[in-house]
Order: sequence, then structure tokens, then C-alpha cells
Amino acid sequence: MTTARETAPSTAAGPSSDAAGGAGTALTPTPSGTTTRRRPRSAGWLAVLPLIVFVAVVFGLPAFAIVTKAFKTAPGAPGGVHWTTGNISQSVHGAYLTALWGSVKLSALTAAIGVLLGLPLAHAVVTSRFRALREAVLAASGVLANFGGVPLAFAFVATLGNSGELTRALHLGDHGWSLYSFTGLSVVYLYFLVPLMVLTITPALEGLRTQWREAAQNNGATTRQYWLHVALPILTPSLLGGFVLLFGSAFAAYATAAAIVGSSVPLITLQIANALSGNVLAGQGNVALALSLDMIVIAGVVMALYLPLQRRSARWLH
Amino acid sequence: MAALTPPATGAVPTAPGPKSVRRRARPRVWRGAVGLIAALYFLGPMVFSVIFTVKVPGEGFTLGSYTGILGADGFWDSLRLTLELAGATIALTLLLLVPAMIAVRLTAPRLRILLEVLCSLPLVVPAVALTAGIGSVLQWGPDDFANTPLFDTFNSIQNPDFPVVLLLAYVLMSLPLAYRTLDAGLRALDLATLVEAARNCGASWPRTVLRVVLPNLRAALLNTAFLTLALVLGEYTVASILGFQPFAVWIVSVGGSNAQLSVAVSVLSLVLTWVLLLLLAAAGRGRSHRSPRTSRGGAATAPVTVTVTVTVQENS
Repeated sequence: MTTARETAPSTAAGPSSDAAGGAGTALTPTPSGTTTRRRPRSAGWLAVLPLIVFVAVVFGLPAFAIVTKAFKTAPGAPGGVHWTTGNISQSVHGAYLTALWGSVKLSALTAAIGVLLGLPLAHAVVTSRFRALREAVLAASGVLANFGGVPLAFAFVATLGNSGELTRALHLGDHGWSLYSFTGLSVVYLYFLVPLMVLTITPALEGLRTQWREAAQNNGATTRQYWLHVALPILTPSLLGGFVLLFGSAFAAYATAAAIVGSSVPLITLQIANALSGNVLAGQGNVALALSLDMIVIAGVVMALYLPLQRRSARWLH
Repeated sequence: MAALTPPATGAVPTAPGPKSVRRRARPRVWRGAVGLIAALYFLGPMVFSVIFTVKVPGEGFTLGSYTGILGADGFWDSLRLTLELAGATIALTLLLLVPAMIAVRLTAPRLRILLEVLCSLPLVVPAVALTAGIGSVLQWGPDDFANTPLFDTFNSIQNPDFPVVLLLAYVLMSLPLAYRTLDAGLRALDLATLVEAARNCGASWPRTVLRVVLPNLRAALLNTAFLTLALVLGEYTVASILGFQPFAVWIVSVGGSNAQLSVAVSVLSLVLTWVLLLLLAAAGRGRSHRSPRTSRGGAATAPVTVTVTVTVQENS
């Protein structure tokens, strides 16, 4: 707050001395343009400084710890603490590789299904004649996309868990259904991924102008042709962006999986948590950091793919 | 593909009437089917959760699991901790972001990129990985600073009554969504003109910010506050791995012994989230009626849309 106050008077120099021209403000009348320009810039820096410090400490320190400790041996290791690539190679072998692969598989599968289900749902919502319904569905999507984590897990345990209402009513257990499996987890993940897709793709669908459809129809295109040659090519960046975003969400999800399956489905987030809390072997802390580094790399790739796609798709929204 | 084209081109000029009618009727049926399936899938778990909590085998209908929440062990403590954390997170996030964003918009537009990068960084680090990093930083306390004054600092930020380390983590995690929400709010505002007008009328700087800028940002500030609150209410990852017990962690720990109770709490927390987001939507809509600027292109719902996409990564 102090910075805001400090910056405030100095920023005043720019607009008010130009526009008001000494109309009773207490500012010193500085005619030279250089001072009025230099001061505001430092004001901007001053106001951003607390944020920079905060991010440097709260984000920088953990990031530094991850990167350095991932390449060091554990404190109790024979031969003392020294640099090594052992943690990283351990993190992409054996059970950890299985977990990493499990996470990638689950995220890719649920993201793909999420895109496939989210698109028709969003289209149905966008083209609906009832404005109230549209707003209700979009608001509901906002809630449901946020509904990840613990409450979602318990809602599904109550519905499709071993003693869940639907499981007992339909005797799903006899047909081999289990919520605590890869398939079960996919069904749960879709619950927050499909609404997320609806939210992501809706602006793009709203950007599809009716004139384009009419133009296609006037030129004799069938609905199928319109979608294949006009709508889908325009939507492709948004769809890909949506897929990448969904993948990232599913990949980073921990609470839902932890509350539902414990550790019966191998996922990288669960493995990291296990290794951190010492549930497996002692001295796995640094491997957990190496696994975290793996995750950060994948998440970084995801963001690097998503941002340009989002910018590309934003072009059609105007 | 080529085989499809001739009949279609032939059909349009000869019979435009029936064709267009059919084209409109079919999507309506299809749309209804899609909506119905979606409604079943999305409402099902909620309806069954409620049934699960009010139905006790052998006893029939009862509200016991809901009344039992209030007296449950640890409920008030965890709720108090979560609400305190939420309040502190909202305050610190706004204090860090609002002055920075206003100053950058007014004086140093080039810093906007820096600001955006700073606020997007947390997106690259999933919550679990962040927790792993924080955990190993906290290890420095006993390992490297055991005999220095810093050791006390390390201990005090892990005080279970009010873990400052969680507050810091939550502020970091809420930066992306808070930035986007506030940015959307500022975008809908001609800040430079507004400030110039206020200054020309003789308002001091604090007065300009407090009485002119902030009231105009009301909807964006509310959005940010609500979404941050939702994030903190549902946060499980960081707290559970670091060994603290706010609300979400408490629900899971209770679930081990009393499934009905934890489902009941989940239902309540969903209702709470729902009410919060409805309030948020209402606040956004109220704003769009007053200023035509935000109503263009459904901008009133846009902040919610944008930011919601971000929260999921943190929360689930």
C-alpha cells in the first residue's frame, strides 16, 4: 500500500500538467518534458516491485529448490551430497515411469473425450433460442469446472462408489464396474473437463457468423460440407487449444484422484505426494523433486502450445 | 465427397422450402438430446449425493448427517482456518496486484508484459510440484539455518493456527486468475481519461484511486475476491501434503470414518460455491447494464469464463 501512495503523486505529473496546465494543482510547474516522462516510469516500477519480490521469493525459491535438489543426492546417501542425474533417470524408470505414463494416458484420453463431448454441447448451448438457458448452462459450467477436487470425488463415491446409490440400484459391481480404476477415474475427470471445454469453446462458436453458414448454403453446401470445410477449419485452433488446456488440467489434478483412488491407479501426482510424505522409501524426497521437474517440463510444453493457439483462435472473435 | 455434391446443389434450387424446414427441425431434436444426456450426467451425481446423505439403511429418511456437521470434531476449526486464509489471500492478492496494474496502465505500458509473465508463471508449475518445492525450501530451516534467527521465521510461517506458508502459496496460485479478472475489468475502463478527469476536478491521488478508480472496478474486484475464495475453499493439494488441516483436508479425513458426513459437507460446499458464482454472475450483469462498454460481445460473462479455466488447474 505504501508503494501505491508513493507512486501516486509522481504519476500525477504526466496527465495533469499536460491537460490542466497548472489549474490549481500543487505540483511544481516543471516545463521540461524529460522529468515528467522519467518519473512515471519509475512509478510503474515501484508499484510492480512488491509483486516482483513476492514472485521471486514464493515462486523463485521453490523453483530453485526443485531444480537444484533434483540433481543432488539425498542428504543421507553414501558418499555425501553431490551432483547427480540419478534422480532424474530414476524418475523416468520403473514405477515412476508407469505413473508418468498413466498420467499422460489418462489426461490425453479424458481431454480427447472432453473435446468431443464439449463441442456438441457448447454448440447446442450457443445456438439455443433461449437466452436464459444459455446463461444458466454457462454459469453451471463455471461452477462445474470449478467443482474439481474433494467435493467432486465424494459426489461420485456416493453415486458410483462401491456402496454408491447407482451402483447398488443397478448392481453395477456385478458387471465389473469399479470407480476406483482407470475407467472410473476417467468418468470423474470428464465431470470437470467437459464444462471446461464448453467454457473454452463457447467464444469461438459465438464467433462463427451466421453469414458464413448462409453463404455456404447459398453456394449449395450441405450441413456436412459446411462443417467440414468452413466451421471446423476455423474452430481447429480453438479445439486444439481446448485439448491442450484440458490435458493440462487433467495432468495437474491431484485432489480428485487422491480422494477417490488413493493409489490404486498409478498417477504421477499421487507418486509425488507419496514420495514426499515418505510413504514409500526413505530418501525419495529428491526423486519427488525430479518427478516435479518432469511435470513442470510437461506443463511448460502444454502452456507453450496453448498460448499461440489461443492467440490464433482469438483472431476470429472480432 | 465428390459424390455428395451434385444432389445437394440440385436440391437447393428445386425445393428450397421443405429443405430449410427439415434443416431447422433436425438440429432442434438433436440439441434436445444432447442437452438431456448432459443434464443426466451432470445432475446425476448431485441428486444421488443428496439421496446418499438423507437415506440411512434401515431407518429411511433422515437429516442426521447434515445436523451432525455442526457438532463434528474439527469442523469449526478447519472452517475458521479456511475462512481466515481466504480473507488474507484475497487481501494480499488485491494489495499486490491492484496498485501494480493501475500504475502500469497509467504510466508504463511496457511493464504490462512483465506483469503478465509474472502472473502466468504459476500456471507452469502444477500444485503438486509447487508443494514439493515449498516442502524442500521449508527443509532448509532445520537443515541449514538451525542456529540462526531465520530458523524462527521458518517455524513461525508453519504455525498450524495460521500457516503463513499456505497463505503465500494460495496468493501465488490465485495470481493468474486474479490478473485475468482484473485485466478484463481494466480493459473495459478508460482509465487514463477517468483519472485525468478526477485530477482536473482537483481530487488528490488517494481520493482519485479510492473514490473514482476502485468503484469503477467494483465488479472486477468482486469477481477476483469470489474466485479466490472459491480457490481457497476447495484447495486440498498444498495443505494436505504439507500437513495442515483446512476445510477440504478435513472433509477427506472425516470421510474415512463417516462417509455420509463427508458427502453431506461436500454437498454443502458445492451449494456454497454455486451461490458464490451466481452472486458473481449477478454482479457482472448488474455492471453491464450500467455501462454499454461491457455488454458488447457478452463481456459481462467473459471474466468468469476466462478465469474459471484457470482455477481448475489449481483446484482439482
